[in-house]
Amino acid sequence: MADTPIIGVQDLTTAFGTHVVHEHLNLDVFPKEILALVGGSGSGKTTLLRQILGLDFPKSGQVKVFGRPVHDYTGPQRIALTHRWGMLFQAGALFSALPVFDNVALPLRELHHLPEDLIRDVVLMRLSWMGLTSRDAALMPSDLSGGMIKRVALARALALDPELLFLDEPTAGLDPQRSDEFCELIKTLHAELGFTVVMVTHDLDTIGALATRVAVLAEKKVLVEGTIEQVMQTKHPFIESFFHGERGERALGQFDTKDVTHGKS
Amino acid sequence: MVKSSRTEATALPVSESAGVCRLSGDWNVQALSLRKEVERRRAALQAVGASAKWDLSGVLRLDAVGAQMLWQHWGQAIPAGTDLSAGQQALFKILAEHPVAAPVPPPATDWFGFIRSLGQAIITSFGHGRMILVLLGSLIFNFIGFVTRPIRGPWREISAQIFRTGAQALGITALVGFLIGIVLSYLSAQQLAVFGAGQFIVKLLGVAIVRELGPVLAAILVAGRSGSSITAQIGVMRVTQELDAMAVMGISEGQRLILPRVLALALTMPLLVLWTDAMALIGGMLAAKFQLGLSVVWFAERLPDAIGIKNYWIGMIKGVTFGAWIALVACHFGLRIEPNTESLGKGTTASVVTAITGVILIDAIYAIIFNEMNI
Repeated sequence: MADTPIIGVQDLTTAFGTHVVHEHLNLDVFPKEILALVGGSGSGKTTLLRQILGLDFPKSGQVKVFGRPVHDYTGPQRIALTHRWGMLFQAGALFSALPVFDNVALPLRELHHLPEDLIRDVVLMRLSWMGLTSRDAALMPSDLSGGMIKRVALARALALDPELLFLDEPTAGLDPQRSDEFCELIKTLHAELGFTVVMVTHDLDTIGALATRVAVLAEKKVLVEGTIEQVMQTKHPFIESFFHGERGERALGQFDTKDVTHGKS
Repeated sequence: MVKSSRTEATALPVSESAGVCRLSGDWNVQALSLRKEVERRRAALQAVGASAKWDLSGVLRLDAVGAQMLWQHWGQAIPAGTDLSAGQQALFKILAEHPVAAPVPPPATDWFGFIRSLGQAIITSFGHGRMILVLLGSLIFNFIGFVTRPIRGPWREISAQIFRTGAQALGITALVGFLIGIVLSYLSAQQLAVFGAGQFIVKLLGVAIVRELGPVLAAILVAGRSGSSITAQIGVMRVTQELDAMAVMGISEGQRLILPRVLALALTMPLLVLWTDAMALIGGMLAAKFQLGLSVVWFAERLPDAIGIKNYWIGMIKGVTFGAWIALVACHFGLRIEPNTESLGKGTTASVVTAITGVILIDAIYAIIFNEMNI
């Protein structure tokens, strides 16, 4: 990890009114890794993503993306920045007034100078890649199942071949088989396109299948970061219950270290 | 222009020599999204001989868009003797695995489409009419249930709706009523002064405002203000599945959503009409004082006789009908909204337009009825 970080969160404090979400939080994300942000409900995982994307303003500290504070990108620079990242929102956030095809074509059309026949081929290829047919392309988002919404949203997030992909609960609401397929899809895409992934998830199977590094959010900061093995060896009530609970044992058995005796206290 | 001259200056990333076509530079979405760049590169690719071998080793960045463009040019297959790196090969392998179907030609122009859409529109509006009738029927049943067992009625919702549609509408109705009163008084005063019949302005303003203008004005404002918000609120409840949740819990939407809104508007509307009347008459009074020199006290003294109790009651009856109609239409369109944003916008527009058109239609019907009854 000698590379310079692609995202650097430095001394970040986020607060909504008197409710403090992050306090002096530090986190680095390095190129080509898949970082999983883990934490209990309300630990500020999604808020941290929103801070990185520049959707919220920090109370103090800063977030650097591609080496510059994210709020320093303005005008054309901000637009150029948005071409370099993609975000998969938790509920998909597809434009409900547009059919699937137009949803995926929108980022390409926003570039203004790509011919429509090329956009058409690229979009249909991407949808097919996500396991959707050209018949699905004409459907409206309200006609899609949860898994299809996720895949269309992923196709849209990947429309511009971003260097940086954010996933917010990518497998929440999918059945185990779909969830495994989705992980496999992300894994293949990551291997082929070599982007960096920051994902927020609760799902231990997803973490086990995808993450190259895990950062645990608790007590308003990043409690520990490292490989799954390193994180699992840390002694903290949240980590113990999260990784070493019954569910954790089942999902992450292959990562378990010798001393699992502290699994349940 | 600056941009195009700059792209003109950059060398073409396609060069052909000795039967080998070398591609260089960036072939990604950023490079291709410059103005005319795709056309320029396509022209250059067209110029390459059919038998040329391809060398992509000079390409710095290739992504799905660039690959798709080359793929299109090559006719969905990698030409023999093409020099590709491992990453590029992986990319084209994906393209080969996911062939894109040929574009479907657009359907032939339908010359009689407008007749079809006209018929469709008529059928749709009849459908809406029928559904509003059904809604009215179920509302009457709900109302009977409410009257027979008032203790279980949705009192909280009714009081909240009265506050929202009544108390909070006082400001805007007062302002608009007052201004319309001034305008009307000024216009009539000018004409009446010509005939020296200035004192008739009391009768003119009184009857016109209390019988016609007050109720219609208040109804239009309330349709725009409360009708749209009722439609949007119920519509969003559809989008967020709250209506489904209510159905699952066995809470009747007629009882909890529609009845309180219709009752509240039927109650607040006549009061708002009264309020608008009062404001418009005050505006008219002031204008008459400045234009015709009629004293405010004299105007107010003549007012009760000029209006008459029956016109007052006509105004009240109109208020109740308009209020119930607006709420009913708003609830109807709210319940018809589909879970997407476009339908929400369309539904809200349709709700307000239908409510206002209906108000004017009902007003015309009342005018005929009252005329026949010689009131």
